[in-house]
Amino acid sequence: MREIEFDEVVKAVRDIIVHCGTDLPQDTYDALKEAMETEKSPVSKEVIRQILENADIAKDEKRPLCQDTGLAVFFVKVGDEVKIKGGLLKDAINKGTEQGYTDAYLRASTCEPFSRANLKDTVGYNLPAIIHFDIVAGDKIDIEYAAKGGGSENVSRARVFPPAAGKEGIVNYVKEVISDAGGNPCPPITVGVGIGGTFEKACISSKHALFRDIGSVNEDPEMAELETTILEEINKLGIGAMGMGGTKTALAVHIESNPCHIASLPVSVNVQCHSSRHTHITI
Amino acid sequence: MAQYTLTTPLTSEDTRQLKAGDTVLLNGTIFTARDAAHKRLVELLEKGEELPFDIEGSVIYFVGPTPPKPGDPIGSAGPTTSYRMDSYSPTMLRYGSKGMIGKGKRNQVVKDACKEYDGIYFGATGGAGALLGKKITSAEVIAYPELGPEAVRKITVKDFPVTVINDTYGNDLYQMGREQFEVKD
Repeated sequence: MREIEFDEVVKAVRDIIVHCGTDLPQDTYDALKEAMETEKSPVSKEVIRQILENADIAKDEKRPLCQDTGLAVFFVKVGDEVKIKGGLLKDAINKGTEQGYTDAYLRASTCEPFSRANLKDTVGYNLPAIIHFDIVAGDKIDIEYAAKGGGSENVSRARVFPPAAGKEGIVNYVKEVISDAGGNPCPPITVGVGIGGTFEKACISSKHALFRDIGSVNEDPEMAELETTILEEINKLGIGAMGMGGTKTALAVHIESNPCHIASLPVSVNVQCHSSRHTHITI
Repeated sequence: MAQYTLTTPLTSEDTRQLKAGDTVLLNGTIFTARDAAHKRLVELLEKGEELPFDIEGSVIYFVGPTPPKPGDPIGSAGPTTSYRMDSYSPTMLRYGSKGMIGKGKRNQVVKDACKEYDGIYFGATGGAGALLGKKITSAEVIAYPELGPEAVRKITVKDFPVTVINDTYGNDLYQMGREQFEVKD
């Protein structure tokens, strides 16, 4: 059994939050640069130029990339030979989140659902983090992190189709969701699609699909082809950067597929804005 | 599509020259307000009470900035999604406000109000909070400090870049742009 100090996890989480808040990941930066070169609308081109300039300023001056510094979302794989010394893993992740958001001057965006009161003074700064745990073999902790903003999250949707809907039904549904969203989720976007499983499994899969690097190819050739088809269909919508009209509405479509019930075909669409702040560490 | 440089407060003469797709560099004083602040401001107007700022010709920026780093007037400050203010904006325009800055589409009631009261809905680049925050040279909370990022701030902007989305003639850049680039099978 490997023992990992509680404070080591706190520091690692704190550091990735500070880093992600100000430094756009290379995969996203590269994809935006390519989008600026291929975009046919001058208005959208200028928007993407501003987005890239923003990323440069944020990195150089250590300023938050966006004022919506998101909710902290984690996918954590915990080795079955790991023990946290001095506390619970969940508490360490939350403490690291609080420290990261405070130290990097990120915005406290968590509130109580109905009073809308900010929870800073009661349970902490941007807490609780959204954490998805999985137990795997080994003596390491693997942490995937993303800061998830509200504008793109608000246009996300899920639906359970009858099996007969098939791939065509899924393509049409994703197109409908993105068409209705227009410029609201801050395009050029990345689209996560969760297929199969149960209702909630599809939703979690669509979120996890957003953590994949832009430019990576799905290991399943059938899913890789479906990703390409959906991306082409989305880019025909003409929405463009920030909805101002253009040829680059989405940078990528990422699918995660799971076996499902013989009666069901759940599908979830989770949208990520252009400020795709995500990273991955192993402790 | 033309480029303009305008200084607040805006007049009907200023706003009527603008067309959807035009770009504008804004200068002068503008006011920040988003969801919770709008609810309070509109309640004041409906009760016939004074706002914490002069609404005539004002431009309202829908933003909830990050906390400023030491020595900075404001943190990152990009636009938030505007449709959440759709139920409040027509009242603000009716009482004299001339401009709104946000991102994302507005409903028909807001577009009609822009026509009726010579208002403009400007779009700023969402997610460009670091870049736009640097165009703000001073910031001061003037109402509702308890709302944190949602407090009303009086801010001074220098060459703040925006694009006209909805003009005073009923045009909508989101519709126009999309129609131009949509590929129909």
